[in-house]
Amino acid sequence: MIEIDGITKIYDGKSVVDDVTLTIEPHTVAVIVGTSGSGKTTLLRMVNRLVEPDAGMIRLDGEDNRTIPGYELRRRIGYAIQGHGLFPHRTVAENIATVPRLIGWDKEKTAAKVRELLTLFQLDADLFGPRYPHELSGGEQQRVGVARALAAEPNVLLMDEPFGALDPIIRAKAQDDLLAIQKHFGTTIILVTHDMNEAFHLADKIAVMDAGRLLQFGPPDELVRQPATGFVEAMVGASERPFRLLSMRRVSDLAEPGSADGSPIAATVTQQDALAELMWTGRSAAPVVSSDGEARGRVTLEALLQRARGPK
Amino acid sequence: MVSSNIDKLGALIVAMVAYAASSPFATLRSNRIVQGEGFGIPSALPAWMAGLLLTVIALASLVALLRREAIPRLVSAAAVMVALFAFIGEAAAFLTPADNTYARVAPATGFWLLLFTFALLAADGISRMRPGPVMRLLYLVTAMAIIAAILLSGLWADLSVMKEYAVRADVFWSEASRHLVLALGSLAAAVAVGVPLGIVCERVPATRAAVLNTLNIVQTIPSIALFGILIAPLGWVAAHVPGAYALGIRGIGATPAFVALFLYSLLPMVANTVAGLAGVPRESREAARGIGMTSAQRLLRVEFPLALPVILTGIRIVLVQNIGLATIAALIGGGGFGTFVFQGLGQTATDLVLLGALPTVGLAFVSAVVLDALIDMNSISPARKDA
Ligand SMILES: Nc1ncnc2c1ncn2[C@@H]1O[C@H](COP(=O)(O)OP(=O)(O)OP(=O)(O)O)[C@@H](O)[C@H]1O
Ligand SMILES: [Mg+2]
Repeated sequence: MIEIDGITKIYDGKSVVDDVTLTIEPHTVAVIVGTSGSGKTTLLRMVNRLVEPDAGMIRLDGEDNRTIPGYELRRRIGYAIQGHGLFPHRTVAENIATVPRLIGWDKEKTAAKVRELLTLFQLDADLFGPRYPHELSGGEQQRVGVARALAAEPNVLLMDEPFGALDPIIRAKAQDDLLAIQKHFGTTIILVTHDMNEAFHLADKIAVMDAGRLLQFGPPDELVRQPATGFVEAMVGASERPFRLLSMRRVSDLAEPGSADGSPIAATVTQQDALAELMWTGRSAAPVVSSDGEARGRVTLEALLQRARGPK
Repeated sequence: MVSSNIDKLGALIVAMVAYAASSPFATLRSNRIVQGEGFGIPSALPAWMAGLLLTVIALASLVALLRREAIPRLVSAAAVMVALFAFIGEAAAFLTPADNTYARVAPATGFWLLLFTFALLAADGISRMRPGPVMRLLYLVTAMAIIAAILLSGLWADLSVMKEYAVRADVFWSEASRHLVLALGSLAAAVAVGVPLGIVCERVPATRAAVLNTLNIVQTIPSIALFGILIAPLGWVAAHVPGAYALGIRGIGATPAFVALFLYSLLPMVANTVAGLAGVPRESREAARGIGMTSAQRLLRVEFPLALPVILTGIRIVLVQNIGLATIAALIGGGGFGTFVFQGLGQTATDLVLLGALPTVGLAFVSAVVLDALIDMNSISPARKDA
């Protein structure tokens, strides 16, 4: 659990982070969004004390983060910086092994971890391990950057626009990988992004910041249905609201008994994708099947539209 | 067709060869200090040797003019240089009158020009092949092996420089080691002091301007003046600090030479360390901190390795500069190859000057090639792949 308690940072007499309080539950993903310069990076960097706050306190599992030296704290917290920040003079494998080495893991354990992480990120360990960062594409570099942050199996992972440089397809892939890894290790993640689609895709809770202040912190559909301010509403995007609601849930949540004609829809796709499929094929309902091909009833256009409706 | 294929460097080489071939190849003097008489290639060598040498030169010039590929250029240039080295020794034996121990035969303008011209062609050939650092070191070792073999074979025994060497063999090697101690010792001291000083300058910006400006001023003091400035304080130290005299510290001699070389070396060392550290990508520093490295770990594991190529460039500058400057040490009794240069100048004995100058140039060249290779091996760039 990460408790950020009344945290403030002042640069040149101006509060760039202004009395922010929020609590991130263990094993969840919190995403921070906000305009450029709103203090997202600064807030993130106060968690691992790359920046020292002027007021307030941050507790990790109930413990003040100032009780141990900064560098030791940072070895326990994974950090993927804005732009990958790989060491150009070290191979991919050496980059990933940096923190395990700092904390004294033995060679075999480190090598096994490097291999596991590269494989998790769909990079061939024998091919990519010995390469230097400049021999990788931008997307591969970013994935290695995230792998390095995860190497020592931190409970907490801080990520600052980790997928900024990726094209939409690779980005979606990287996001899915990240969610899979988060489930696998039970990591608590704080992630900063500019991309609202990414925020809705990844977040258990979203924090919206503007000019150093936290405007709202809540689950994605709360942001859509009850935006705290006009700014939050604008961030969510008024015309995107119904689609955001649909994008957060799977078809399986709306499956009902019954039958329908035409090709089936997988239970795991988002409700937004199901709506698109029905609109495209001109159907009012489609059969739903689970991933092993078992029939799960049907999903109707009406149910999807009902789900996408805002408060009266 | 052929005329459009003529290479510019090739044309230059042919022009230089034409001029060099008509200049004297070797000079014969009746003793070591008088003016000599020049001999062209045809008269400096037995007929078949002269013919062979001229043929090799002509063929290589044609290659230079018409072929742009690296390998034919390098091979023909190397052939000419080996022939020049071999035949200059033969010319010495051929021209020296029998039983005359005073007569001196030395390479003349023609020889030096031809050597320079084909060294240029060889360098062009090598650079066209873009050899990696290891390959370049191999070329260097090959060239040194050839020269060593010629020296050991006695082929050059009749050349004037070697005659100067023969009467001074013991002194030559002691001056050589003195020269190396001066150049390398002052370099080592400059690295030991300059790199930490550079790190301080980079970390504490307030010190940077003061240190670099002071070293800049030192750099502008002419070497003779610097020796002069050092005589008084070092003399005082020798006389008053217990043990200093026993350590060999004196107002004149090797000590001020060493100190002067050290002072000249500091600026390039400090400046390159600062520049190297300043060039470390901001993101790498950030990541190193964010990942939990302590300040010392960041310096040793990230910043220093990334700055190393620039620091090595500083070492290269200093080493080549010190090998050259160490000749000046002889002026204040500091020893080194300069001893022969200044003795030779005093006696107007060119051969003696060469005995000091040639090894100095050779040393500087070898150090430059070796350090360039080291720098290449330590820099990370896409270029490394085709090395
Ligand atoms: N070290 C610093 N000294 C002075 N001002 C700073 C410093 N670091 C950040 N700031 C200022 O604090 C404000 C917030 O910066 P921060 O990097 O947290 O923004 P951000 O929300 O991450 O923006 P972006 O989305 O562009 O990355 C900015 O106005 C920035 O100029
Ligand atoms: Mg930022």
